Parts: sequence; C-alpha cells; structure tokens
Amino acid sequence: MAKRSVLGLYTEEDSAADALDNLREAGFEEGEYEILTGVPYPEGTFGEAEPEHKLYRWPLIGAACGFTIALLITAGTELAYPLITGGKPILSIPAMAIIMYEGSMLGAIIFTIIGIIFESRLPRIFMGAYSEKITEGHIGVTVTTDETRTDVAETALNKAGTDGEIIRGWK
Amino acid sequence: MQEHTQLSHKQINEDLLKGVLTVPKWWLPAVAFLSLVVLTGLGAFFYMVYHGLGVTGLNRPVMWGIFIANFVFWIGISHAGIMISAILRLTQAEWRRPITRAAEVMTVFSLIAALHTPLMHVGRPWRVLYWIFPYDFSRGIWPNIRSPFVWDPSAVGTYLIASSLFVFVCLLPDIAILRDRAKKPIVKKIYAQMALGFRGTPRQWKLQIIAGILLSALVLPVFVSVHSIVSWDFAVLIGVEGWHSTIFAPYFIIGAIHSGVSAVAMLMALSVWLYGLDKYIKPDHFDAIARLLIIVATTWFFFFFLEWVYALYTLESPEIALRELQAFQWPYGPLFAIFIITSFVIPVPMWLFKRVRRSAVLMFWTTILVNIGMWLERFLIVIPGLVRRTHMTFDWGTYHPSIVEILVVVETFAFVCLGMLLFAKVLPLIPLFDIKEGMVNRRLIKVGRRVIPATIREGLPHHYYEKKH
Repeated sequence: MAKRSVLGLYTEEDSAADALDNLREAGFEEGEYEILTGVPYPEGTFGEAEPEHKLYRWPLIGAACGFTIALLITAGTELAYPLITGGKPILSIPAMAIIMYEGSMLGAIIFTIIGIIFESRLPRIFMGAYSEKITEGHIGVTVTTDETRTDVAETALNKAGTDGEIIRGWK
Repeated sequence: MQEHTQLSHKQINEDLLKGVLTVPKWWLPAVAFLSLVVLTGLGAFFYMVYHGLGVTGLNRPVMWGIFIANFVFWIGISHAGIMISAILRLTQAEWRRPITRAAEVMTVFSLIAALHTPLMHVGRPWRVLYWIFPYDFSRGIWPNIRSPFVWDPSAVGTYLIASSLFVFVCLLPDIAILRDRAKKPIVKKIYAQMALGFRGTPRQWKLQIIAGILLSALVLPVFVSVHSIVSWDFAVLIGVEGWHSTIFAPYFIIGAIHSGVSAVAMLMALSVWLYGLDKYIKPDHFDAIARLLIIVATTWFFFFFLEWVYALYTLESPEIALRELQAFQWPYGPLFAIFIITSFVIPVPMWLFKRVRRSAVLMFWTTILVNIGMWLERFLIVIPGLVRRTHMTFDWGTYHPSIVEILVVVETFAFVCLGMLLFAKVLPLIPLFDIKEGMVNRRLIKVGRRVIPATIREGLPHHYYEKKH
C-alpha cells in the first residue's frame, strides 16, 4: 500500500512535543513520525528518541585505507626506482611517514564526510510533506504512514494545535 | 560578557541572506575591479610562461623569490580558518558562531592562492606532475618521495580537500534555507540539489553537530602538519644558514596563526562594514579575538626571539653574517624594522586597551599591519638566506622582484578577495543555523537582581539527566 506523509506545523516547542505524545497515543511507532526544525534543539526537547549512528567507525576505516594506499605509493615508488644515496636504505621511513600520515588523515576525513552524509540519510530525493516555514522557525511534525491511517495522524497533529492547515505529501 | 539581542529566525534569515538574495551596490564594481587585477596577474603569468623564467628577478644565487615568500604567507593565512573554527568548536566557545564560516572559507581560497605561486614559480606548471605522481612507467622515472617537494603537495592537498569538504558539510543546513528562500525556480532547483534533501530531522542535526566536532578534531592535526612540512622545505636544507633550524616547524605554525587570526579579524570588520552585520558581529567578538591575538602574538614573538638566539648562540660566522644582512644591511634592514614594528611593536600594546579591542576600525588597521609584517617576515626568511655571501665569489648576487612577479603576487590577493565576494554572493558567510542555535540555547535567567543571558550547552544526552534526576 502506498505511503503518504502529513505535516503539522507548530510555533511552540511544547505544542510539537504534545503532537508527538498524541501520535504515540494514537498508536504510531518511532520511525513513523519525525520532528523537522530549522535549528538544532538540545536532544530530547520534543521527547523524541535519541537517534543512533555509527559515525565513529567511518574515520577509522578511512584512516586504515588512506594509510595502506600511502604505504603502497611511497614504498612502491622507492622500490620501483631503487637509487641508493649516501648508503642509506632504499625505504626512507621518515619521508614515508609524512606521506603516510597525510594519507591516513585524508582517508579519515573523506570517509567521515561520506559517513556524515550516509548516516544523515542523505541524499534524499523525495522531500515528502515539507514546508518552507520550517526554516523560518516553525517546528514541523511529519508522519509517514499507510494512506488509510493519515486521518488518524491528522487528528493527532491537530489536537496539539497546529499553526495552519495540515500539509500532505507522498513519500 | 556576551551582549544579548534576541532575534527571530525570520529576521536572521533576512539579515544574513541579504547579500545572497540581493545585489549590494558596491558588489559589481568591486568584482569587476578584482577580476581585472586577477586577469592582469594571469596575463603576467602567461607572459612568463611564453618568455621563460628570465622575465622574473630570479637568478643565481636567489632562485626562490617572492613567489615562495607569498606561498608561505598564504599557507599561513589559511591556518586561521580551521584553527579558529576547530579550536572554538571543540571548546564550545559561544563567540565562535558568527566567525567560523568566513574563516573556513578564507582557508579554502587562501590555500588555492597559496598553490598558485609555487606552480607559477616552476615556470612550466604542467611539469609539476613529474614531482608528485608516479605515472611515467615507460621511462622508469619516479618522484623522489624523500624530497619536501613531494611532502608539500601531499600536505597542502590534504588540507585543501579536508577544509573544502568541511565547509560543504557545515553549509548543508544553510543551503536548505536558501532552497526555501530562493525566488527564481532555476536557483531554487540548484540549491535543492546542493542541499541533498536536508530537512532538519533530529538525526541530521545530531550528525551536523558531531560533524563539526569530529571534523575539527581530524583537521587540527592536518593543520599542524601542513605548516610544519612547509617549514621543512627550508629546514631540511643543510646548505643555507638561517633555514636549517630545528625550531622552524613550531615557529612557522605560530606565525601562521598570528597572521591568520589577524586576517579573520580583518574579515570580521569588512563583514560589518560591507554587509551591515553589526547585529551579529559585535564589539564583544572583536574583544575576544583581540585577546586571543595578544596570546598568539606574544608566543610568536617568543619563538622569533628563540630562533635568533639559537642562530647567534652558535657563534658561527656565516650565521652571524646572515643575521647582520637580515637586520642591518640595505635593503633588508629597513624591511626588518618595518616587520618588527608592524607585526608586534604597534599592534600588541594597542590590543591591551579595551577601547582598541572593541573597535572594528582599530582592529582592522592593526591586523592589516600584522599581515604587512608577516608577509615581510616570510620575505626576510626566503630572500636574505639565499643572498648571503658564500665562499664562491662568482655566486654573489642580489634579488629585485620583476614587475611580472609583483603582478602575480598582487593577483593572489585579488583572487582571495574575489573568491570571498563571489562566495558571499552565492552562500552566506555567517552560518545561519549556528546563530539560530545560539538564540535557541540562550535563555534569560535571573541571578540576584540581574537578568542575564545563560547558554544551554549540549553535554550529556537527555536520558542521562532523566536517570540521574
């Protein structure tokens, strides 16, 4: 069955928190509803569940990849043209360490960026029910559910005192 | 200490997007003038490519001229952005909010400007590939990774990619605001693509906050490594007195912070004047950055002093002769005096006064002085080091920058200004969501008989408090 999203807008934090309570009472589960704000509020302001993520793994994986690639490039380059200078070893560890360090950091940063975008569930192609008022300070509560339950969601949102009409959109 | 003005989100959008959604009267003439300067510089560069490096003032023994001094200068400026942004984010300093974006963007343009000059310096920039990339399989010629000229691109490249991505990720919420505010459908569509569908869910905000902190923590070690590696371009060279110094890495880093933070203060003053952002960048912000500058400048001066002590303490005649050339002989002596006066003697005592610290005009001019001094510092490291008289009398010579070199150096300054103006026309220079967060997290509380703004800081997750209390 097609899913549909509805959005209620609120001007006060308390009203948005009430809307979430109403949705829970009406039987909606975490994941079916979301808070949309134009600014980061302290976690739990609206009584929403704490989002979980695994971002901290990404830089570690990236650093390992970057280190390996830098090691292969530096050692490979030196071994491919083994010119002995001053009787020193072919593999120059201090010089390699610099490039391996930069490679590790670059890998860590690129993977972190990819991780941030992935964990933020971006890019998102369909916006669903959305209002430009959200970036003007309104707080949105959006419910994405089966088409048959949108009426229940709208009632729960209205009960908390929405600012204006409920906005409807497709998932 | 922070002055408190509570503004609505709508007001913040209007104020901070004014420069993006409208065209200020001065913008077009400024962009036209800067573009002309950039084109002139590029013209000089192509002239140099056509005629060869003979059109520059470079000649034996001075094979590194103002191109390289300028490279070190812009690398230094680039350090401010990430340094200011990362350290203030990590320490949760409230006054960071209006400053971070401009500083980060300046980092990106400064790094591009920094990369200009060594590329031009080689005369045939496309041959730089020979140094860096192991690609020439047929002839078996490989880059020498023991050379600092391979370390440099790896460090600067890492820093440029990292800071550009950092700017982009932190821009996502503001691009979403622009998507919602843009009037023309095509512009709206472009911003919508760039925003990647950002809607402001708790998950997205949480990741934004963590991104700021995590990326700051990752970029800071890169920032330290970049100027260390740039300093090793000089320091690992055994044959040049004045360059072969163990203190160069920290000395370059602190010098970079000195010039970079000064550049951020300049940028703050310009933002106030050009975009009328005095509601967001207040005397408090200038005061805070001036206090930071006093510490940075004094530390830098200490390192500068140590560098001289280490040089003179050896009592080696070539080293002492070089120092004499740097400080007392024409034309370097007067430049040395200007360098000391402008980078430390005038500004630092002035910053001790609250009236100076809180004045945008005085902060602008004192920080301009610092950057004049810091450019000269790099000049005085690079040029006299090579001009010094060696045992080989046929190798004695001096250096005068040619008009081609001067035009190219001027071009880098115009390029950074132009880049900042174009950026500010497309994207906001002050992070809107960060300012709004500051407003949301700030509540008026009563302490005794005074009502003062208090800031809520994100610390432990809410369930911690629920369990404890």
